[in-house]
Amino acid sequence: MEYFLQQLINGVTLGSIYGLIAIGYTMVYGIIGMINFAHGDIFMVGTFIALITFIGLVSIGVTFIPLALMLVLIISMVLTAAWGWTVERLAYRPLRESFRLAPLITAIGMSIALQNFVQISQGARVKPLQPVITGGYEIMEKDGFIVNLSNIQIMIVVVTVALMIIFSLIISRTALGRSQRACEQDRVMASLVGVNVDRTISLTFVMGAALAAVAGLMFLLYYGVIDFYIGFVAGIKAFTAAVLGGIGSLPGAMLGGMIIGLIETFWSAYFSIEYKDVAAFSVLVLVLIFLPSGLLGRPEIEKV
Amino acid sequence: MSAASAKSGLDFPAALKDAGLAALIALALSIAMLFFRTVDFQGNLILEKRWTLAGTTVLIVFAGRLALNLFWFPRRGGLGLFKIASSALPARFAELGKWMAPVLIVFAVVLPFLPASNRYIMDLAILVLTYVMLGWGLNIVVGLAGLLDLGYVAFYAVGAYSYALIATTFDWSFWVCLPLAGMFAALWGIILGFPVLRLRGDYLAIVTLAFGEIIRIVLLNWYTLTNGPDGITRIPRPSFFGLEFKRFGDGTFANYFNIEYSSMHRIVFLYYVILVLALITSALTIRLRRLPIGRAWEAMREDEIACRSLGINITNTKLTAFSIGAMFGGFAGSFFATRQGFISPESFTFIESAIILAIVVLGGMGSQIGVAIAAIVMIGGLELLRDLDALKQLFGDNFDPALYRMLLFGLAMVGIMVWRPRGLVSSRAPTVVLREHKARSADLVKEGHG
Amino acid sequence: MTPWDQEPLLKVEHLTMRFGGLVAINDLSFSAGRNDITAMIGPNGAGKTTVFNCITGFYKPTEGMITLTHEDGEKYYLERLDDHRIASETNVARTFQNIRLFGGMSVLENLLVAQHHKLMKASLFTVGGILGLNSYRLAEEEAIELSRFWLDKVGLESRADDTSADLPYGAQRRLEIARAMCSKPCLLCLDEPAAGLNPRETQELNELLLEIREEQKIAILLIEHDMGVVMGISDHIIVLDYGEKISDGTPEHVRNDPAVIAAYLGVEDDEVDQVEAEVAS
Repeated sequence: MEYFLQQLINGVTLGSIYGLIAIGYTMVYGIIGMINFAHGDIFMVGTFIALITFIGLVSIGVTFIPLALMLVLIISMVLTAAWGWTVERLAYRPLRESFRLAPLITAIGMSIALQNFVQISQGARVKPLQPVITGGYEIMEKDGFIVNLSNIQIMIVVVTVALMIIFSLIISRTALGRSQRACEQDRVMASLVGVNVDRTISLTFVMGAALAAVAGLMFLLYYGVIDFYIGFVAGIKAFTAAVLGGIGSLPGAMLGGMIIGLIETFWSAYFSIEYKDVAAFSVLVLVLIFLPSGLLGRPEIEKV
Repeated sequence: MSAASAKSGLDFPAALKDAGLAALIALALSIAMLFFRTVDFQGNLILEKRWTLAGTTVLIVFAGRLALNLFWFPRRGGLGLFKIASSALPARFAELGKWMAPVLIVFAVVLPFLPASNRYIMDLAILVLTYVMLGWGLNIVVGLAGLLDLGYVAFYAVGAYSYALIATTFDWSFWVCLPLAGMFAALWGIILGFPVLRLRGDYLAIVTLAFGEIIRIVLLNWYTLTNGPDGITRIPRPSFFGLEFKRFGDGTFANYFNIEYSSMHRIVFLYYVILVLALITSALTIRLRRLPIGRAWEAMREDEIACRSLGINITNTKLTAFSIGAMFGGFAGSFFATRQGFISPESFTFIESAIILAIVVLGGMGSQIGVAIAAIVMIGGLELLRDLDALKQLFGDNFDPALYRMLLFGLAMVGIMVWRPRGLVSSRAPTVVLREHKARSADLVKEGHG
Repeated sequence: MTPWDQEPLLKVEHLTMRFGGLVAINDLSFSAGRNDITAMIGPNGAGKTTVFNCITGFYKPTEGMITLTHEDGEKYYLERLDDHRIASETNVARTFQNIRLFGGMSVLENLLVAQHHKLMKASLFTVGGILGLNSYRLAEEEAIELSRFWLDKVGLESRADDTSADLPYGAQRRLEIARAMCSKPCLLCLDEPAAGLNPRETQELNELLLEIREEQKIAILLIEHDMGVVMGISDHIIVLDYGEKISDGTPEHVRNDPAVIAAYLGVEDDEVDQVEAEVAS
């Protein structure tokens, strides 16, 4: 029971990170119907920016951790968003009216390019960071097994929930959200009634990248090690989460992230750590076979 | 400069402002990732500053963007606007394709006897041909049937491992194991395809990707069967009708033909094996395209619902495309295994699937010659980058081109796709023609192979 | 008893189709006679296309029975069959409201795809085709001849090798009909074949449909808004409104049915005369 509780906490934490990345996938898919394959690598770039910013801030004397983290969060969101914007501008926008596979290929190309760019510019070695946020609470103890809820886990879940609420409000309440939903329905019509489609799509990528940056910072603080390759695995998992939850749906992405995080954690804890990805992917396959539009996605009625 | 801008009525300040914005973005991108570099210093990470690198990058972006704005965009209409060239290559190029195929085949056949051919070139040619074959195999699935498969490497892996396991366990010859491996891969195509083929588009893509990863993870962890990450070694090499390519002993290739032993014999033999395999793939694909099954694949790509209304069983049609594609992947895999003599899960990562898919799409979906050219350009280019000494002289001795090759590969994928979104060869020849039907029927067999 | 109720080709009984809470068709029963042209009319959203989708198997009806009786007396229960089996085994062909051609393929290829089953068997399920058997070659030539026949009928022979997406709208509609006919159906379901055609093309369509009925001895089931087509060629008209049948009979009967004029035409009283005049012409 205690072991179970501990795994539940860990799973929810991991799921929050996946969920944040998944939102980027799901928003982009919703608006232009493409798998932004480079998104996982944008997340990876986000972790590096967060790491560099943090070290930079500490080295110039910002040692008050809450302030430093706040600054790191803002700076890495802005800079990662710039990366997200640039990828869209260079690799996707020229192909907007092209056929479906073209942007997928440029996305894969961008993913390869980003990974190798980071490998070259930052080195291939693993980058460690000493724990920044320490401490936590002992929730219960039984037979020497302590269930821990660490501060960093609390922070990750709180930040995720807060961002989730903020972004849901943006989508449902603001003019930008309205434009996004309009582009999602019919891009040509949206542009005819005065929606700046290019700008709306760009902003969607910016929002997705900013959320990936938050996920990046969380990942960095939680695991304390990053390298240029983490984007691929995290990206696939997050995309799986987005599809699982029903692609195009924000709450779905979050739910999918949680499920993937929990499956992975529990599978590692109770069965085998080697096959945790197999477990996550198998659940995806099963869900798609029996629920082809994901858990919270709109069911697709076949128009004949 | 002034003449150019005057002609198009372009104002210099706007161009300058746009370039400035581009430079600002470049600064935002490079400030963290280029300007600073994290380095290990006595167990802690510290930042190393690289003023010149970041500065140069920003300057290059500024100058480049300005030049584009002044000289390139005005001619293409509109400032800062990407104008895509018409996505299809002109008809002239399609004509080119007609004689290009025989020329390429003849070139491929005589390549080993050209004076310039050495071990390196032959190895490279074998590698390129392997990807040509994989591209042609995937082309059936993606190009003809329109099923987006991001896990094609799974069948490559199944083929390689089936071959390796059968050959090492039973000690059967390459020519017995090859069809078995292909059949295994096709079987896996059916097993994996059956539950998922009713998914559409991107869902299918992600599920195939997941299957690719699952197979790789299983290969990595199933020690008793696959020997895990250590892979399978001592995979038997193919023999020439029972004659082995060995230096010593009776019944070797050199001995039998009474020629001096050369390590090139095996390489050339392997080269012809993969050439024949690839040509079989291509010939069979061309043939299938002209049969009802091939037309059903293409019809399915065009409109699934109309297909159903004409009585075509979508599930079966998809399964055949998926399993035939998988079979060719399996053949290529077993060739890979016998050529390397060693396989491990590391050779079957997602990046391989991505490269094969890129070859298919960049070549022009459904086009045989396009896929071949794309494979030559991408794989050949990628390997040439591995040791290009010219670049070393340009950037100094510390420059390692091998490090940059995947970066350039990725950027080239983006560049080619933006340049030609429909691929290099995007024209599609009909599989049957009415007006020349009379003439055709007399000579149908030849046409069938064309 | 009306002529189409005696040994009908198609008998629809108590057909009901619900999507969630929405009732698209409610307890619909009708028959379509052998070698008749049966028209189904009704305002937009009356459920006509849904009836088609149920007959051709794209939707599984919530309730009801759809029986198709072949000339030899063999009965098929269409509500139990998958769409592709309805097309291949019971020989029901259809066209679509928003034309569905294989746009990237040539006109001739479109017609060959329609003969998939025949050719598939002739190619011994691909094996014989790969080996280049003579029997397959002959079958393909036969199929091309049939295609040529239908291309000739719809006036597209000169465009046989063009990409079908390049054809003008009216030609695409005709090609879709030719494609359906290439599958040698016993029942041809046409979903608004005259939509978007100009008067001359509409006239040609009328003649084509009458010719098909005469020469091929098949039944045609038709959804159409163009009264010129409906009144001009139909033997039997069924009127739907809100998923229910409100009238069923000869053109003469339907034209004079007050329920049709009131409910289906849904016009103000003072416009009824005008509409009646239009219908009569």
